[in-house]
Amino acid sequence: MTTRREFLERFGAGLVVTLVSRDLFAATTSHQSAGTSNQAEQVGAWLHVAADGRVTVYTGKVEFGQGIRTSLAQEVAEELRVPMSSIQMVMGDTELTPFDMGTFGSLSTPQMGTKLRKVSAAARDLLIGLAAQRWRTTPASLTAADGRVHDPKSGRTIAYGELTKGRRLVENVRDDAELTDPTRWRVAGTSVPKVDARELVTGRHSYTSDIMRPGMLVGKVVRPTAYGSKLNEFDGGSAATFRGVVVTRDGDFAGVAAPDNDTATRALAAVRAAWTPPNGPLPDSRDIYAYLKSTRPKEGGERGGEGGRGGPIVKGDVDVALAGAEKRLTRSYTVAYIAHVPLEPRAAVAEWSRDGQGDKLTVWTGTQRPFAVRDELAEAFSLAQERVRVIVPDTGSGYGGKHTGECAVEAARLARAARKPVKLVWTREEEFRWAYFRPAGVIDVDAGVHNDGTLVAWAFDNYNSGPAAIAPWYEIPNQRVTYHPSDTPLRQGSYRGLAATANHFARETHINELAAVLTMDTLAFRLRNIQDSRLRDVFTAAAERFGWGKKAPTGHGYGMGGGFEKGGYFATFAEVAVEPRDGVREPRVVRAVTAFDNGPTINPDGLRNQIVGAMIQGIGGALFEAIDFDHGAVRNAHLAEYRVPRFSDVPKIEVVLMNRKDKPAMGAGEAPIMGMAPAIGAAIYEATGIRPRSMPMARAGLQMEVEAQPSR
Amino acid sequence: MRIELDVNGHRHHLDIEPSRTLLSVLRDELALTGTKYGCGEGQCGACTVLLGEHALRACSTPVSAAAGHPIITIEGLEHGGRLHPVQQAFLDEGAMQCGYCTPGMIMATVSLLRANPSPTEQQIIAGMQGNVCRCGTYPRIVAAVQRAASGRTASTKARQ
Repeated sequence: MTTRREFLERFGAGLVVTLVSRDLFAATTSHQSAGTSNQAEQVGAWLHVAADGRVTVYTGKVEFGQGIRTSLAQEVAEELRVPMSSIQMVMGDTELTPFDMGTFGSLSTPQMGTKLRKVSAAARDLLIGLAAQRWRTTPASLTAADGRVHDPKSGRTIAYGELTKGRRLVENVRDDAELTDPTRWRVAGTSVPKVDARELVTGRHSYTSDIMRPGMLVGKVVRPTAYGSKLNEFDGGSAATFRGVVVTRDGDFAGVAAPDNDTATRALAAVRAAWTPPNGPLPDSRDIYAYLKSTRPKEGGERGGEGGRGGPIVKGDVDVALAGAEKRLTRSYTVAYIAHVPLEPRAAVAEWSRDGQGDKLTVWTGTQRPFAVRDELAEAFSLAQERVRVIVPDTGSGYGGKHTGECAVEAARLARAARKPVKLVWTREEEFRWAYFRPAGVIDVDAGVHNDGTLVAWAFDNYNSGPAAIAPWYEIPNQRVTYHPSDTPLRQGSYRGLAATANHFARETHINELAAVLTMDTLAFRLRNIQDSRLRDVFTAAAERFGWGKKAPTGHGYGMGGGFEKGGYFATFAEVAVEPRDGVREPRVVRAVTAFDNGPTINPDGLRNQIVGAMIQGIGGALFEAIDFDHGAVRNAHLAEYRVPRFSDVPKIEVVLMNRKDKPAMGAGEAPIMGMAPAIGAAIYEATGIRPRSMPMARAGLQMEVEAQPSR
Repeated sequence: MRIELDVNGHRHHLDIEPSRTLLSVLRDELALTGTKYGCGEGQCGACTVLLGEHALRACSTPVSAAAGHPIITIEGLEHGGRLHPVQQAFLDEGAMQCGYCTPGMIMATVSLLRANPSPTEQQIIAGMQGNVCRCGTYPRIVAAVQRAASGRTASTKARQ
């Protein structure tokens, strides 16, 4: 990362404001060891107000379509009292921006947004102070608006830039500046249009995959047939005869670089490689669930509490309570491995250079964790961190799938071999085969309830899918909630919402099943067992908008699911029609309503866009997305074989924003995906009597066992 | 082999393999990177360009098949700083998130509206079914197509 001193050298006149702890800057003469969360908390944010009034904001967060380039700038505009058009956001550049852990976990709004509001508010106070000095008056008598300080009494005004003209002012601020109350927001809280939208509709925005460098070659990597294979024979001789082609091999890595994409593809096809697959046996997608349960638990690995970091959650005596419950229901739920399918595949452009201090590596790449990828590159090539620069252009989406730097490392290897800049863009097939997946999992639920609808016992065992949102938010006196890590035959990792989607699916489906056993209305049953008022409010608001309580048309069903995760409260209601198609019964979501509460809304239009998008993506995982595999090899590695939601899958969607101005602002990128699957499953059950317990529910129509009970 | 391409009203004489994809030639040779690679197999629509009046998947079209026909890419829609009405409609509806599918969506819309200037919602869905927006911006894209079809150009959407 850049030290404060190096950072300041970039600027001439103007005001530089840094929000950091003093401890860190006490020792900035040498590089701090980056990569610790401790440091992430210390270095907050920095911004520069130039002599011409332009504001440049530096943040390690990255824009992947979620809209933070706009919403974070709105928060700066709000507190600094400057027009949006004067703000430039510099994002995700390890040489320019403060260290950041990464853009994930719906943290940009609660953490970075708050930091930027604080540094902006402090900068505004500093500018007012400068004006007060100049005018020999008190700061309290002055106001700030439109990039100027105003003296209401005398009518004098002065532009921010003029206050610093010819001087360079550097101020460190603590994070105690007073923030504007959301009820008085004028820029934040409004639907400012996406700032870079014109670049997107004209095709002018340069994604990583669009970058051109002088002399640049296009790279391709030689891939095995199965993950974890060893390269034991390699012959790149014929590939190397193509004009301008470079072939390289280093251990199990081999690749080609060529002047254009088609030549690279043909050169790759001319490479002869023999691989030794990993030792078996490995399960295939049909027996994965038994495998995941049989390979658990790793010793001492059972977790669940403290957000998944601590041991299992235990309250009361769940075994006694289960035995004593008036009704008891035991069920098993499963979720498949699914792929992120970001429309821009993993991509990187790597360029080596030399200066007096030796090799320097610059990599442009679409990653959600630029500093982690910088460290990955530094380690791969034995470089000091400051000899690697990672730059993240606004990227063609990620959904949690672009946390790692494998594509960046591959591009840098090819560039080093070719002695030229190399661009590597993974093919769609490579994305499906060599990226990581949302984990598959099995979730067993054993619950006890009294006939009056009071939940008394809850045993919840998640195998492999993960501990996110594993704790029930229903009031249940006796609980044992456990996450059991397993061996996974496929590479797995982060995904929008992590395991919270799977845990909400199992939990909310089980709640729907319990309501059916009790012959209680599923909403009334929930409200009887939820005390949190914000959670009650989203269920009630969504129910009202949806028209809960009416009877669904013949062949249709209604259902709901909701919860709380990453600071967001959500309730989703769905109407599903089940229709015969190609000899099977095919569910189609025709209507969906989500009520969402993540505190005060920064940008209502952007928030609606995120929520609707998450709901639509959630339909894919709920109904038809799944990775097929056999002995470590993916069998449906093409879009023609891996179905994603398309126009015809989209229901009528309504969103209710709770806009709680009295609460902290939280993120929204993940939680709204989580209510779809349980709501759709419940609606299918009401329409057909079939209770889906596996995600996806209907890859080839509905095929689950039929139960006799009516739902409500 | 010499190939002559007519792209956005400009003639290009290229010495290239005729079997190369139109997508690679547009992006790597002509630096027209607004046309995107999404799947390479004609399944996602990110590489959509116009060949004459018709939408075409540049990723699975050999450049030789495109020679001699006027090709329009996303870069060719804007004239003198004025956005094409379909571009403006996408802007007005905020019909994007990451924007990677947007050029292909816009080209597909231009083609759709040339064939059918006032499509029903069902016709829009059927006509755009081959284009994927993984961010799930579909409802806004439908609204943008409808806006472009209606000829509304001013930014009149009531944003909440």
